Amino acid sequence: MTEIHALSGAYAVDAVDDLERAAFERHLAECAECRAEVASLRETAAMLAETTAAAPPSALRDRVLADITTIRQLPPEVPTAQPVRRHRVRLLVAAAAAVVLVGAGTAVVVTQPWADETRPPSATVQVLEAPDAQSTTLEFPGGASATVTHSDELDRAVLQTEDMPPPPEGKVYQVWLDQPGKGMVPAGVMPVEEDQTLLLEGDAATATGAGITVEPEGGSPAPTSEPIALFDFGRSA
Amino acid sequence: MEHIRRLGGDAPLPEDGASPPDLADLLKRAGRADETAFAALYDATAARVHGLALRVVRDPAQAEEVTQEAFLEIWRTASRFDPARGSALGWLLTITHRTAVDRVRSAEASSRRDSSYHQQNQPVDHDTTAEAAQASLEAHRVRSAMATLTEVQREAVGLAYFGGYTHTEVAKMLDLPVGTAKTRIRDGLIRLRDAMGVGS
Repeated sequence: MTEIHALSGAYAVDAVDDLERAAFERHLAECAECRAEVASLRETAAMLAETTAAAPPSALRDRVLADITTIRQLPPEVPTAQPVRRHRVRLLVAAAAAVVLVGAGTAVVVTQPWADETRPPSATVQVLEAPDAQSTTLEFPGGASATVTHSDELDRAVLQTEDMPPPPEGKVYQVWLDQPGKGMVPAGVMPVEEDQTLLLEGDAATATGAGITVEPEGGSPAPTSEPIALFDFGRSA
Repeated sequence: MEHIRRLGGDAPLPEDGASPPDLADLLKRAGRADETAFAALYDATAARVHGLALRVVRDPAQAEEVTQEAFLEIWRTASRFDPARGSALGWLLTITHRTAVDRVRSAEASSRRDSSYHQQNQPVDHDTTAEAAQASLEAHRVRSAMATLTEVQREAVGLAYFGGYTHTEVAKMLDLPVGTAKTRIRDGLIRLRDAMGVGS
């Protein structure tokens, strides 16, 4: 069981923050096992409400039945043909870090039946939940993973990592956006935490990909080592 | 009590020989703008919806608002209900819970809620309607299932579901290492699910 699966229970009872919810819903889109588990745990949680039944004041019934006449109902969900793009991932052996990439990235178009439409989400959440969001996930041996999600419409990208081992002493992981004609442009330095979410700097809409390198503390204006991870945005596909 | 436990199985006990309303059917009809069906759905479920809202938000006036908001959302999105993905009651209460949790989290900044779990554990008065009578049979079953959980699982599930706290907050409240409360919540819910024989 990977780390993200363990969130199914907390997700089923809304015990997650906005970022976790967005991340887990992206996972749900591609994990039938978790979808089934969440459904069964939501049914279970609903049973708990049997122990707290309390009739509302009768005036509330009148208010609700009056109000519904002023609310237009959503149409049913109909299947739409969403192209799912497969992203190619280039594998590189790390020159400076102790991690090596394996695995393939996939792009996922997410639909969220339970999406909350009432609060303005943060820029990060907006990217993660953007209709045109495309994700590329890289799995590292040892269980760590890194995901870059970009939205052309919002022109932003977000990097999420899980169980990331710390960089070598005195070094940092730096993130780059690969811009045509400019090469790798600095997009941020990752805080030293296993699990994190970082809104990348720069124009994601023009970038053809993203990369992670190991740099001296404070970061560098240009990469000084070979990337340990490269995320291909699939623009040439 | 064995016979009660059996009767409290999948369907609520019929009152006066009448069949309990088919909630999925009412919800589907409500999704086609059938206001009569929606009113019947309200009557069959309002005590559970409001009871859950009250338990999470605590303040009776706010609980009423949450109940109202949840029912309006249920009406608005009724056409999205898919019986293949779960029960109608589960769907209603999922919306209710999310609405209640959103309310307490958005109110968090302005006023601090009392975070004592034991004070939150005061029983809520049950009403005397037929719905409450049926629900109490189910409630007995739920309480039996809750008793099979470990102390920490029960507390973690309770704080998350009835308290409306995030797993990170639950970890802090129960002095658990960060990242382990979500496992306790999941393990607890899975054990409850299996004890109650809830299908997915």
